[in-house]
Amino acid sequence: MVKYCQSCNVQKAFMVRPKTGNLICQNCFFQAFEDEIHHTIISTQMFKPGEKIAIAASGGKDSTVLVHVITLLNKKYNYGLHLYLLSIDEGIKGYRDDSLETVKQNQITYELDLKILSYKELFNWSMDEVVAQIGLNNNCTYCGVFRRQALDRGAIQLGVDKIITGHNADDMAETFLMNLLRGDIFRLPKSTAIITGDDGDNGIATLPRCKPFKYTYEKEIVMYAHYKKLIYFSTECTYSPNAFRGHVRELIKNLEAIRPSAVIDLIHSCEQLDAPNQNQKMPQKQLCQKCNLLSSNKICKACTLLESLNQGRAKQILQIQE
Amino acid sequence: MKIIVDFGGGLDVCFENKKEITLEFEEQQIKMADVIIRLKTICNPKKLDFFYTQQLRPGILVLINDADWELEDKEEAQLQHNDRVSFISTLHGG
Repeated sequence: MVKYCQSCNVQKAFMVRPKTGNLICQNCFFQAFEDEIHHTIISTQMFKPGEKIAIAASGGKDSTVLVHVITLLNKKYNYGLHLYLLSIDEGIKGYRDDSLETVKQNQITYELDLKILSYKELFNWSMDEVVAQIGLNNNCTYCGVFRRQALDRGAIQLGVDKIITGHNADDMAETFLMNLLRGDIFRLPKSTAIITGDDGDNGIATLPRCKPFKYTYEKEIVMYAHYKKLIYFSTECTYSPNAFRGHVRELIKNLEAIRPSAVIDLIHSCEQLDAPNQNQKMPQKQLCQKCNLLSSNKICKACTLLESLNQGRAKQILQIQE
Repeated sequence: MKIIVDFGGGLDVCFENKKEITLEFEEQQIKMADVIIRLKTICNPKKLDFFYTQQLRPGILVLINDADWELEDKEEAQLQHNDRVSFISTLHGG
């Protein structure tokens, strides 16, 4: 029995949308997918005409679709944006070196300027070297902190006004749940914020980061890429099997099986959260005394982690010399 | 009955890095659940967790002849000779 698209009632349905449970054909799906992202951008006033935007591009499924859709919408709706690709090489053999090839391909396909920054040149530590020193626990912490700073520095070098990332609805739901499980009160309310870093309080401006895919389901991103034949790199990070996020992801996927709206419900729950108690001491934003980038403490997390890594290395060198 | 299976999203690492394989079945009536069981047996045991834990790993998309299996009855969907089934994992970085 042929099932028809519930939008146009003309074409054969090829997919069930996780967002709505509707049956939909390819053309209606492409349209809805793009229109919804456009709506998210307009309703949150994400961009201003003439702005320079760095697209954080890893060569993976989310950022590849992001590059494609933002380029398309920028043209179609005249956002007036100047787009750049910004890629970070963490120095993970067999993972990042392959995905960077995909980004280079995106650069050619979409005719955008590309900047690649590596952990090695920024911090003198590749992730492989970090793991060799600290082992397989907490690598993600180092990587995440370093990537954040690497993106900031790359964006400053490019002279852009904002950074956009491909974080999708599933990612947001996971982040919210992770912060809940860790009892991270400070991060909790902002777990699903669509634009972060634009508060400019204390006169410290930072580069805002925006997430146009906040309400876009991961399944739909993959389906869009599959049917549009967009090429992306898809391997799990070598170090990911122990990652906390993986467990939370599995939990949410299992929740979805019995409650299909789980992802969007989690995001809405986060949005309903009250701001933390005003009596709660919130970390003061300031500039790091070492690197001069935004920090919650006198020395930012990246510099703190680097310090501990370098002390470890210094110890090793001393031991060899003895 | 012959069923063509292709792997996306990195799942080929579970099946000797093959992006496409062909499965042969003796039976006349085959459903998706049978394909998954067969794949479970030929999957690299070290990588089985990427594909199947107590069920097909949630987060793996399944297409039958390029259409979402949720349009049919998922595991209960009946297959025809020369049907193409695609497994696409979404469980990796973006």
